[in-house]
Amino acid sequence: MKELVVLSGKGGTGKTSITAAFASLTQNTIFCDADVDAADLHLILTPDVKESNEFLGGHEAIIDPERCTLCGRCIEVCRFDAVKSDFRIDPIECEGCGVCVDLCPEQAIEFPVTICGQWYKSDTRFGPMVHARLGIAQENSGKLVSLVRQEAKKTAEKKGLDFILTDGPPGIGCPVIASIGQATAVLIVAEPTLSGLHDMERVGQLCKHFNISAMVCINKYDLNLDLTKEIETLAREHQIECVGKISFDQIFTESMIQKETIFEYNKDSQAIIEVMQIWENIHCQPVFNRLSFIDLHLRGLG
Amino acid sequence: MIISIASGKGGTGKTTIATNLAVALKQKVQLLDCDVEEPNAHLFLNPVIEKKETVNAPVPGIDLSKCSFCRKCMDICRFGAIAVLKKDVMVFDNLCHSCGGCFEVCSENAVVEKEQSLGWIEHGSVNQISFIHGRMDIGQVMVPPIIKKVRSFTDPDQITIIDAPPGTSCPVIAAMNKADFVILVTEPTPFGLHDLKLAFEAVKLLDIPCGLVINRAGVGNDDVNTYAKKEDLPILMEIPFDKRIAQIYSNGQMIADTLPGYKEKFQALFLTIELLVEKTGVR
Repeated sequence: MKELVVLSGKGGTGKTSITAAFASLTQNTIFCDADVDAADLHLILTPDVKESNEFLGGHEAIIDPERCTLCGRCIEVCRFDAVKSDFRIDPIECEGCGVCVDLCPEQAIEFPVTICGQWYKSDTRFGPMVHARLGIAQENSGKLVSLVRQEAKKTAEKKGLDFILTDGPPGIGCPVIASIGQATAVLIVAEPTLSGLHDMERVGQLCKHFNISAMVCINKYDLNLDLTKEIETLAREHQIECVGKISFDQIFTESMIQKETIFEYNKDSQAIIEVMQIWENIHCQPVFNRLSFIDLHLRGLG
Repeated sequence: MIISIASGKGGTGKTTIATNLAVALKQKVQLLDCDVEEPNAHLFLNPVIEKKETVNAPVPGIDLSKCSFCRKCMDICRFGAIAVLKKDVMVFDNLCHSCGGCFEVCSENAVVEKEQSLGWIEHGSVNQISFIHGRMDIGQVMVPPIIKKVRSFTDPDQITIIDAPPGTSCPVIAAMNKADFVILVTEPTPFGLHDLKLAFEAVKLLDIPCGLVINRAGVGNDDVNTYAKKEDLPILMEIPFDKRIAQIYSNGQMIADTLPGYKEKFQALFLTIELLVEKTGVR
């Protein structure tokens, strides 16, 4: 089983659009949306949800005023300033550590499990998909990312699929780290802007830190050719293979509005050829077994 | 006044709005870059960095000579950061949330506070802007403590502009909580709209007045405008989709400095926000 995780560091460089485009090119694949904070892949893959599950991510401390003697021990032990002077716990500030629960001399603090989100097993026109929705302002996004990836792997094993294509979250924090553990490789989608260059370097360092093989592709490369060159140089310095470049093309937005991949939208475009080339280059990387992917079957290109 | 600039989706233009608003203002202003995973505002402002400090968080260290292996520290830790073995105790710093439970419950005084570095903070200035940003160490996961540290430098006598991270979970909440106003930035595409809805839910949960800036207007469709109208979400500003603007951004330049009329547009944006905040009453 191979897994490719698409990351970017900086948001909005085209992770999801490119992941969706790959959906048209890959076979025998399960799709996994690991951006549980602001998931978008479903807007193109339009999954038919087969199974919906609650994500029980954590606990929330609640003081029972009946039993509370206002002793103030909870205020004293809480390091997150979540217990207010009127002995109410602010759910936004509460970290769910339960220290107040354990140390309350009156055992006046309840600690119910909270539903932090939902996760789904679905079918799409490209194959099965596992995705999730973290509740607003919830914690434990890393835990939910790990869960959707595990479930994707389980489903893949059960259905005999040999490839997991994972759309990752932005940044380099907890959910990103959860999305790359044990992955075969990471594809970093960079853009030729100063921010894009800076953020791509950080996500590259993160992959190195966790010893995950990384590749880079440059989206909208013709926006700034100088910075494109700089990204290529930087990638070389970090031993990150540059697997291709994609032109600045309106086709990504146009096809997104139609809820289609760029291949389904099927308008004559340079970007289509470039994305195909990138997909091929990815599978020529030593970390992937190229034999099983040499035959690129283009669904939707009819 | 604290103005937080947020968006569910990444790459919609938060940093563009934050930096241009800061340079357009005539009065003294603080810019706090709270996207500590991928801070970018400094690339546009080029502040002179005057001070650098690390952000640490307490994690437990175990004094094995005092430890009775009673497991109380392991039992209270809800993050699985401590494993008590027969003759050893393992601490996983990366899992620790610094809640202090283990220090409290240890009756042998065997748990000692040790500092773990989460990242660092840099202070600088450029023209009338005082600049502070946080930067998380590679491989670290504890984002909110760094954001809280950056925000601890908020000067109540100045206008404070916060550049928030993308998303809707704890880091974003840490960057928006207790702000006087939130500017939501989106692009008029299906992804932009979908993530805007999530971000707007988060702002409503925090009960902060907010308004919308539509960036790359004209690139997609009108659904964002329709949604804003339906939700009574005021559209404060629209920046048209223009390859020139994208190129200016790519080079780390600012439209308020390079394109005519934009400085005034950002000044007007600020006046609109002031009015909206006044209407709801400054906290």
